[in-house]
Amino acid sequence: MMSERRYPAPEPNAETRVFWDAAAKGVLKIKNCRACFRAHYYPRAICPHCGSDTTEWVTSEGAGEIYSVSVMRRGEGAPFAVAYVTLDEGPAVLTNIVDCDPDSLAIGQRVRIAFKPSEEGAPPVPTFTPSGD
Amino acid sequence: MSLRNRAYIAGAFEHPTRLAPDKSTPQLHAECAAGALADAGLSLEDVDGYFCATDAPGFGPISMIDYLGLKVRHTDSTEMGGCTYIQHVAHAAEAIALGKCKVALITLAGRPRSENVMRFRPGAPESAFEQFVGLTNHTSYGMCAVRHMHEHGTTSEQLAWIKVAASHHAQHNEHAMLPKVVTVEEVLESPMIADPLHRLDCCVTTDGGGALVVVAPEIARSLKRPLVALRGAGEATKGPSGGLGLDLTTSAAARSGPAAFAEAGVTPADIKYASIYDSFTITVLIQLEDLGFCAKGEGGKFVADGNLISGTGKLPFNTDGGGLCSNHPMFRGGITKVIEAVRQLRGEAHPAVQVPDCDLAVATGIGGSLGARHGAATVILERQ
Repeated sequence: MMSERRYPAPEPNAETRVFWDAAAKGVLKIKNCRACFRAHYYPRAICPHCGSDTTEWVTSEGAGEIYSVSVMRRGEGAPFAVAYVTLDEGPAVLTNIVDCDPDSLAIGQRVRIAFKPSEEGAPPVPTFTPSGD
Repeated sequence: MSLRNRAYIAGAFEHPTRLAPDKSTPQLHAECAAGALADAGLSLEDVDGYFCATDAPGFGPISMIDYLGLKVRHTDSTEMGGCTYIQHVAHAAEAIALGKCKVALITLAGRPRSENVMRFRPGAPESAFEQFVGLTNHTSYGMCAVRHMHEHGTTSEQLAWIKVAASHHAQHNEHAMLPKVVTVEEVLESPMIADPLHRLDCCVTTDGGGALVVVAPEIARSLKRPLVALRGAGEATKGPSGGLGLDLTTSAAARSGPAAFAEAGVTPADIKYASIYDSFTITVLIQLEDLGFCAKGEGGKFVADGNLISGTGKLPFNTDGGGLCSNHPMFRGGITKVIEAVRQLRGEAHPAVQVPDCDLAVATGIGGSLGARHGAATVILERQ
């Protein structure tokens, strides 16, 4: 098993506060565009696909599969897995795969959201863990 | 309007140091500037354009121009990570073509081995969503390699050949940080840093720097150095940009490379020597594919069995030993890529690695983080 890493506190701003408030409740929010009907992550006020400002917050199911993964072997907290997870809604999320044997991870593996606490009083961070399905 | 023959690289200098505890960073910039100007046969007072990036200490060009004692009428502090200085060559040519300057000085220097240096700017829009991940370049480029292996069957042995080729060249470079020839087995047996990249898949970290002098055609012809012309240039950026259609096996060089070749009116088959930014072995493999030296997915076969070794392989690359073995000053390998290409085109590379009749070369690079967001810059250079 990988050791427990310490995560720095994310700094919400006016554009992203909804995401972090939801994260504190264990909910993964992404953005959908009402003009081009495409989702994106990380969330922005203006859609990066079409430039429309009619983006809206939607709740992700928090499920997806590993697009690629690399295990860091050196330094503080190592070993830990860095990965892109492609959400079932479409967007890829840069994240960590936690609570697993990092050597067991592979492209295509199913994972689900598993928020990890950061610092006292700060929102948790969106990591993922193998879902076994 | 094309940049072809609008500017020439008249001066090139790579600082010989790889560890500089007793010098300041501005001092290294100044020593590099003096070296490149002396190489060109010019002096500080000839310089009327100055180019630097965020490795330059202080308030960008304003601090450095004052420190160096320059009097310029054009400045450019374009920043695109390690490949910036390749891009600066093209931007200098643009400025020269428009009559904004005639003698452009480009400097890079830094001391990451001797002092704590800031590599990243705070407050990026993605920071809150990515900083916690602990993404370093090792895992960023590692994910690209894992995906390339998954899609194309690329192997660690094939990646190791890139390091082996660089080491064959580095043995002839008296300034190389790692001058020892290594084998594929030695690369694979070196410690794993971030899967699948071993320590010997990673470039060196060095203090040092370099400088280039890009001049107008009439200045180039008045000097005593061989004529090295800019024939074509391209630049591009790439990132997840919302996360749809993520593709870690193709870089921004898939746009900067073809743009440069199109402007130059040549193809990869015409290239005699290639400087390919080698922050990691995988960086080289993906760029070779993206520039069109081989098809996407064929990079592993292309680099295997010494194909990048000067004298034996079909495409001699990084004949100074590159970032993998010689020098990666301030985590930025763009300027040394241009410098070795200039040496090759002048016939001034080490005789053991000099490409015969080298009249056309490419220098290409990646800046930023290949697996996250990055830039690419490519120049085609020609000896006339």
